[in-house]
Amino acid sequence: MSAITRKEVEHVANLARLQLTEEEAERYTKDLNAILDFAAKLNELDTSNIEPTSHATDVKNVMREDVNRPSLPREDVLKNAPDHEDGQFKVPAVFE
Amino acid sequence: MSKYETVIGLEVHAELSTNSKIFCGCPTEFGAPPNTHTCPICLGHPGVLPVTNKQAVEFAMKAALALNCEISRETKFDRKNYFYPDSPKAYQISQFDQPIGYNGWIDIEVNGETKRIGITRLHLEEDAGKLTHSDFGAESLIDFNRVGVPLLEIVSEPDIRTPEEARAYLEKLKAIIQYTEVSDVRMEQGSLRCDANVSIRPYDQEEFGTRAELKNMNSFRNVQMGLEYEVLRQSEILSSGGTVVQETRRWDEANKKTLTMRSKEEAHDYRYFPDPDLVRMQISEEWIEAVRATIPELPDARQARYVNEFGLSKDDAGVITISKETADFFDETVKTGADPKSVANWLMVDLLAHLNANNLVFADVKMTPKGLGEMIKLIEDGTISSKIAKTVFKEMVETGKEPKQIVEEKGLVQISDEGALRQVVVDAVNSNPQAVADFKSGNEKAAAFFVGQVMKQTKGKANPGMVNKLIQEVLNSL
Amino acid sequence: MSLFDKRLSEIHSALRAKELSVTDLVQASIASIKEHDGEIKSVLHVDEEGALAHARQLDKRLVKGNEELGLLYGLPAGLKDNLVTKDIRTTCASKFLANYDPVHDGTASKKVKDADAVIVAKLNMDEFAMGGSNENSGFFPAKNPWNTDYVPGGSSGGSAAAMAARHFYFTLGSDTGGSIRQPAAFCGVVGLKPTYGRVSRFGLVAFASSLDQIGPVTKNVEDSAYVLQAIAGHDEYDSTSANVEVPDYLSALTGDVKGLRIGVPKELIGEGIDPEVRDAVLAALKQLENMGATWSEVSMPHTEYAVPAYYLLSSSEASSNLARFDGVRYGVRADNAANLIELYKESRSQGFGPEVKRRIMLGTYALSSGYYDAYYKKAQQVRTLIIQDFNNIFADYDVILHPTTPSTAFKVGENVDDPVKMYLEDICTVPVNLAGLPAISVPCGFSKNGLPIGLQIVGRAFDESTVLRVAHAYEQTAGFYGRKPEWVRG
Repeated sequence: MSAITRKEVEHVANLARLQLTEEEAERYTKDLNAILDFAAKLNELDTSNIEPTSHATDVKNVMREDVNRPSLPREDVLKNAPDHEDGQFKVPAVFE
Repeated sequence: MSKYETVIGLEVHAELSTNSKIFCGCPTEFGAPPNTHTCPICLGHPGVLPVTNKQAVEFAMKAALALNCEISRETKFDRKNYFYPDSPKAYQISQFDQPIGYNGWIDIEVNGETKRIGITRLHLEEDAGKLTHSDFGAESLIDFNRVGVPLLEIVSEPDIRTPEEARAYLEKLKAIIQYTEVSDVRMEQGSLRCDANVSIRPYDQEEFGTRAELKNMNSFRNVQMGLEYEVLRQSEILSSGGTVVQETRRWDEANKKTLTMRSKEEAHDYRYFPDPDLVRMQISEEWIEAVRATIPELPDARQARYVNEFGLSKDDAGVITISKETADFFDETVKTGADPKSVANWLMVDLLAHLNANNLVFADVKMTPKGLGEMIKLIEDGTISSKIAKTVFKEMVETGKEPKQIVEEKGLVQISDEGALRQVVVDAVNSNPQAVADFKSGNEKAAAFFVGQVMKQTKGKANPGMVNKLIQEVLNSL
Repeated sequence: MSLFDKRLSEIHSALRAKELSVTDLVQASIASIKEHDGEIKSVLHVDEEGALAHARQLDKRLVKGNEELGLLYGLPAGLKDNLVTKDIRTTCASKFLANYDPVHDGTASKKVKDADAVIVAKLNMDEFAMGGSNENSGFFPAKNPWNTDYVPGGSSGGSAAAMAARHFYFTLGSDTGGSIRQPAAFCGVVGLKPTYGRVSRFGLVAFASSLDQIGPVTKNVEDSAYVLQAIAGHDEYDSTSANVEVPDYLSALTGDVKGLRIGVPKELIGEGIDPEVRDAVLAALKQLENMGATWSEVSMPHTEYAVPAYYLLSSSEASSNLARFDGVRYGVRADNAANLIELYKESRSQGFGPEVKRRIMLGTYALSSGYYDAYYKKAQQVRTLIIQDFNNIFADYDVILHPTTPSTAFKVGENVDDPVKMYLEDICTVPVNLAGLPAISVPCGFSKNGLPIGLQIVGRAFDESTVLRVAHAYEQTAGFYGRKPEWVRG
């Protein structure tokens, strides 16, 4: 499997919304390569006819009835908010 | 005729009318103060888990069946990962490769021709919160009341060839969903939303042209106008040798044109994967049949019934059935014994004109089916003229009063007393010798002048047939 | 003997006889933390006021009499800090959540309170449960009470170290790839990971949703059974929690293992396992044999693939689970971010430590376009093979036995520079999480340098009763029962 490049590491960091320092970018390029080399071991196994396990349980159709439960008082909603105004969460403009 | 063919695919979102949100117990009701319909689950606090609302799944199945979809027997929810402040978990719970419904279709009618439009898929997902931007553009505010409201996404095949077809598709789709009662499909409240993919290609070209995605069209009219604008824009680009850029554009209603959206487009990589917090779903034949049994008569079937049972024209039946409210009203009125054609006429012509002129919706109408039925009877038995009826009708629509009460209060009963009317005619003839002379010299229009005079004197209440008869009698006897 | 060395029945008798009050117990817990946690650093926040108020309330109830006392009445508890507790700060040992005060209770927190236990403190851990040494705590690392030059293990290092120090009557931890069992082994206490779905995950801050489970860390197996009894069961707030009957775990502790069939995977007892650890486990097998059990060597051929599969799956899920930490609704928000993207990036980069970032990077990559099939899906398929390995053995055996860890606790700083080496330490624990099975770690000896060794007993899904029975029978006769570091008072 091809190695992950520094450029790909930066792309992945952007997808994950992480700001890497120069040092971190170097470090994670090295680490991810080591981990992916290690993960390449899985290619020793032929899994072409194996179903993937996506859930830890075989139980199906667990659902709730369409019944209302109490919402939070708004002071609790905003209790941990870094910034809010008029009962709403506040962030810098979405558009630049 | 343009040398390019238009290819349109539509993506429609409809909020489901459940009591509670799709993954928590908060209410879904529209219009509450900001952030009062939220809890740790829909706010995406640490450690919370979603639990699926069964009603939302059944509503999705019901809509899918009404749209002639096949139902996935094995299905699941997936996470669509992206950062945006209206999405508290930074992923939307949606469905990726196993939508609840797929391979559906609906028939639309344009210029008297029926065309079948394919539905690629119908899936269930959660709605996002609502962002508002401050006047100066420096900040955005977020209200999470809407986050987690169950949402259907319905994706059409690229089978649509004109903006007019697009509109017909939307109207039909809206009608079908409205009939199933899984959504109130109100575009003005955002419970129905539409995005469009549009491209053009030379008629002899097989592959699709580069498409633009159109957003922010908040009415069917805007969808049609946006698409018309976009087709023109793309044709001009291609005709002048340019190339269309793949991008997201928004409809600018004020300036009636589409614009490149300001947000920087970055290559999306949603990293879909099955949500491990929600167990898989298995949909059995029995379950499908139980849901199918709850589907009421749909617009096409109802339209056919109106043609066969009541003798309405196909077009008229189509106009009435495209809105469930109108069709239900029609059925209720006909049940009171009123003549179906007459009922259809009042609903299609007078009611729609009134709604359009006053920018109202059907829910604003106070008139009852019983009222309309009685009013039609008053016309039939000669109590009021059809002209007076228009006044009664307007009053009924606005106040919901019984027609008899309106007629009494306003003194609108038709004057059919021959003696009294003859006197009015005689007075009119006596005071207009020039018109009499015109009549004598063979000008038939002079008779119409006297009808107008009599109606003016009686405030329109005179029985029109009787007035005509009396004028002829009086004039000819001179 | 410290108060918390006593059996639960003894404590309850003393409480009923008024020789002891819940307030005494809670004060003893707080005193132990104040006196001895300075060096161990197993505790992040003490809710002294809340705990004493709760204690007084519980004392009053006993005075009034007549009332049924909860199963865990009066017992001081410490909860791993990734368990959401209403009005008690919950940080996951992350700077990102340094000021986060939950407005709701998780199900486990609620259940221990409903059982009349007293939550005294929240415990140290590897940040967001990512790590096996506690060195990834965003605040300060916890140390091993047996020797503070050594790590207590992780990620529930605080939960295990606090038990070895007898700060509490019991603690709760969470186990995604060994995070309860490995620190329990390193600290010489009992750690149980229940079957996936046995205990509700609602209120457990998710690391890897398809692998995470909450479980007790205790001084002995009997306490483990009590605590599991209190926290197990279906929860309407967690659709992955099993709607399976919860048996009486106490009555499973019969001391009888006659006829028990034990499978010992050769992959987890041979090469790569420290000889001291292997000898201790073989001695335990001998012991069980003497008590009437039989054992045979078996094979789990896909064991060597479990660790890479685990790291791909858990990191992928984590990359999505930790995306909600964006600085919008709670948690750290970077100052002076010029725009939204910068706010996201700066807040997350300031809030998360290096290991968390590393796993988010790995998981984001494994799920990204073009790599999903090669990494994420491949790992899911390998997960299926590992489940099959277990199913094959459980067709013929009642339990699987092997060491909890390949070696005893390592020194602080020993493995920090090589993530792959650190990850390989999890070889004995991650297969169990991939298969969602119940497993317990019980002390089975000590190394020459005086560090504890753990024996792992793995059972069939939802058969915690057998796991507890075997662990208890072994514990009662093995001679390591109740051992604790010499400095711990009593």
